[in-house]
Amino acid sequence: MLEIPVIRWGKPYESFDQQEVVHFETGEPLAKVHQANAGLVKMDMRKAQRARDLLREIPISKLLEICKKAAELYMTAELPLGNGTQTPEEFCRIQSASTGMPEWMCAGNMKKVAFVLEHMDEILDSLTRGLPLDILTRGYGKEERGVMMSYQANSPVLGLVLPSNSPGVHTLWMPILPMQIGLVLKPGSSEPWTPYRMTEAFCQAGIPRECISVYPGPHDVGSTVTELCQRVMLFGGQQTIDKYKGNPNVQAHGPGFSKILLGDDVVDRWEDYLDLMVDSIFQNGGRSCINASGVWASRHTEAIADAIAKRIGPVGPTSMTDPEAPLAAFTMTGAAKAMHTQIEEGLKEPGVTEVTAKYRDGERLIELERCDYLRPTIVHCASTDPALANTEYMFPMASVVQCEQKDMLKKIGPTLVCTAITEDPQWSQQLLDATNIDRLNIGAVKTNALNWLQPHEGNIVEFLFRARAFQNESPAAH
Amino acid sequence: MVFFPAIIPSLFGVSLIVTDNSNLDELVKQNQEALDAHTREHVQWHFNPETGSPYWLEKAKSFDFNPLTDVNCFEDLNKFPLFEDDELRGGPLDRWIPKALLGKPTYVFETGGTTGIPKSRVVIDDFRIDYENFSDTLPDESFPKGSNWLMLGPSGPRRLRLAVEHMAQYRGGISFCVDLDPRWVVKLIKKGKIDEVKEYSAHVIDQAMAILGAGHNIKCMFTTPKLLEALAMRLMDEGSSIEEAGITGIFCGGTEFTQQWYRFAREELLGENVYITPTYGNTLMGLACGKPFDPADDYKITYYAPQPRAAIRVVDFDDHTKVVPYGETGRVKLFTMTKELFIPGFLERDEGEREKPHSKYPWDGVSGVRPFHKIASSTTVGVY
Repeated sequence: MLEIPVIRWGKPYESFDQQEVVHFETGEPLAKVHQANAGLVKMDMRKAQRARDLLREIPISKLLEICKKAAELYMTAELPLGNGTQTPEEFCRIQSASTGMPEWMCAGNMKKVAFVLEHMDEILDSLTRGLPLDILTRGYGKEERGVMMSYQANSPVLGLVLPSNSPGVHTLWMPILPMQIGLVLKPGSSEPWTPYRMTEAFCQAGIPRECISVYPGPHDVGSTVTELCQRVMLFGGQQTIDKYKGNPNVQAHGPGFSKILLGDDVVDRWEDYLDLMVDSIFQNGGRSCINASGVWASRHTEAIADAIAKRIGPVGPTSMTDPEAPLAAFTMTGAAKAMHTQIEEGLKEPGVTEVTAKYRDGERLIELERCDYLRPTIVHCASTDPALANTEYMFPMASVVQCEQKDMLKKIGPTLVCTAITEDPQWSQQLLDATNIDRLNIGAVKTNALNWLQPHEGNIVEFLFRARAFQNESPAAH
Repeated sequence: MVFFPAIIPSLFGVSLIVTDNSNLDELVKQNQEALDAHTREHVQWHFNPETGSPYWLEKAKSFDFNPLTDVNCFEDLNKFPLFEDDELRGGPLDRWIPKALLGKPTYVFETGGTTGIPKSRVVIDDFRIDYENFSDTLPDESFPKGSNWLMLGPSGPRRLRLAVEHMAQYRGGISFCVDLDPRWVVKLIKKGKIDEVKEYSAHVIDQAMAILGAGHNIKCMFTTPKLLEALAMRLMDEGSSIEEAGITGIFCGGTEFTQQWYRFAREELLGENVYITPTYGNTLMGLACGKPFDPADDYKITYYAPQPRAAIRVVDFDDHTKVVPYGETGRVKLFTMTKELFIPGFLERDEGEREKPHSKYPWDGVSGVRPFHKIASSTTVGVY
């Protein structure tokens, strides 16, 4: 069987603790993943600075080339994995088999990762606002306009506590190595594949192996990574997000509560935006934080809900190898049922109606022997009061909410991606000023259509580097 | 008087009757007979109206059997209902003291208690006997007689402080104690106050460093896996090590002492010149000893209870009266029979694999001890 060791600054380490990753449909063991213990992480983190030191020996321009090469290897090469090897096709199959994502979505996520790597030069140029990148290496330098700039790394490494069920998030850590920051990866238990394949692709492309550690393991390994790395990106539910709120060392990614707001000036033409709404809710299995979980408008909400429901209500699961499989499976026992029950409870509130039921031949919840599915669900909320008016679940589920335009920004709550379709300049300004919105699209842009040149939930450069004063000569007299 | 059946061989390095150690089967048989005899004697003690405790004498009224006549061997303990440790919460504590021991100086040791009323156990001499017995299993070259000890772990209302201190004295040394309050740590973790946990941990390690650096000839130590990691790494950060700090022997307990951690500790934290031995125990029993280190075991940890004073059996998850076959997984069931305490079967919050007897400990053992899978996710373990 495939056995995958812990990676300690590039060196494989075989642990006595191992965990099997199994096929979610058949229970067949796919691999044995060696498990780190927290002490290993603590021991290794004492040498974290070496990762940055080694990366700083490679010019960023060269690292950007390495990213392009890594993208190519990631997409095309048969790469070593533990005691075996893995082709891109095998990668998609095994990722699908352990996470429940259809294979074509896994392939799609690979392309996203590769795209980000291939365009890393543009991405860093954009995220640093055109900063000469050697300033990140040296710590200081002058811009073309002659201004002294200084950036100090907040941490020699970035710790990542990665999710099991959402392979799409891996794009977020691609810019780290080219900024000469080492990687400490704690993979999700069902999704070790991307961290290991990316590690191998990076290293074969020229990143020194000593710059990356991969620590599969139990929860305390994740909490040790979080505790010891001075900068950490982690993924979890709302409880996790709340736990790390206000902690400057931790960038916590969780539910997005992304929404589409239809302005009063366009809402009478809502049918023009039906495709946009459907795609925002439905694409990528509706599993992502950038999928829309709400459509808000002041009128026509029942008709909008009905039109979306008519399109996605009939959709049901197919096989994982179906090139158009629309839904991902829930592989964790009881998770789908718990969501289904919560939704059913929410539907009992006054003013809440499920619109998809009439277009669906069967129940929302499909329980199989080893996995479950939730079929697309559109709910109409006559006001913003019901709990379901602002929820997010990891399948195509959205609430169409009736709300006056003037109240929307007060009522939508934290929103990762907000697509506001409007040409109203006054409301546009209010949207721009709304601090509860992270990514703002004004215009007909799908919530899940990300421009990678834009920061996502905070600028990763600002998270990793501290802009500060630096002088090596006296300033002009004043 | 503490009774030891005369035929128990080499229980804690002290042979009462020398037997042929090559004949493990015979040893096992002798020890089973000794356990049966010990069971009979202690049931008589605890259910005799002249000597027994109010708790058990009262409890006996609800049994559909008579312990004095119907319990004649260890197997017969299955006739008792499972002991529920919630019974240990609250007063009066006198109910646990056997009448024959009333009036003797009595200690109370607590376990749990992060929230609500802690579980309490009264003790008169058991902790001294248990730790003396355990001491007799320690190799003198790593735990030199006359050297001093560092007790780095939870003390307060727990048994450990007094027990380790007594053991140090029993071995001719003095024990220095650094306290840690696990109840406070659990509260901090539950509130997500990780920085405060780190600060508190650093405060504990600061004190240990001060004691180790003060010329006290400390060579032996009790601590927990997490604290040992923290201490070893602090020493490394300061260019030293556990070995250079003078420590030659450590005993360490807790379900975090896994096979993988054992290897990590020996290979990376301590080096080959520092001896470390795992122990398993709680307030309801003495200390179960680890099978002596053998490279062929690949760091597998096997524990043997201090039989006959306490016994552990690995039982079927669905039928606690049935022992699982050797090598199979089951829940750890504890029996304690001393003059002070009678526990005729308590399901620990742990599971593991049943192990065959060993020549040093010729009775059943348990390996791979870990939190019982059905309650593991709701338990905060390894906070200190």
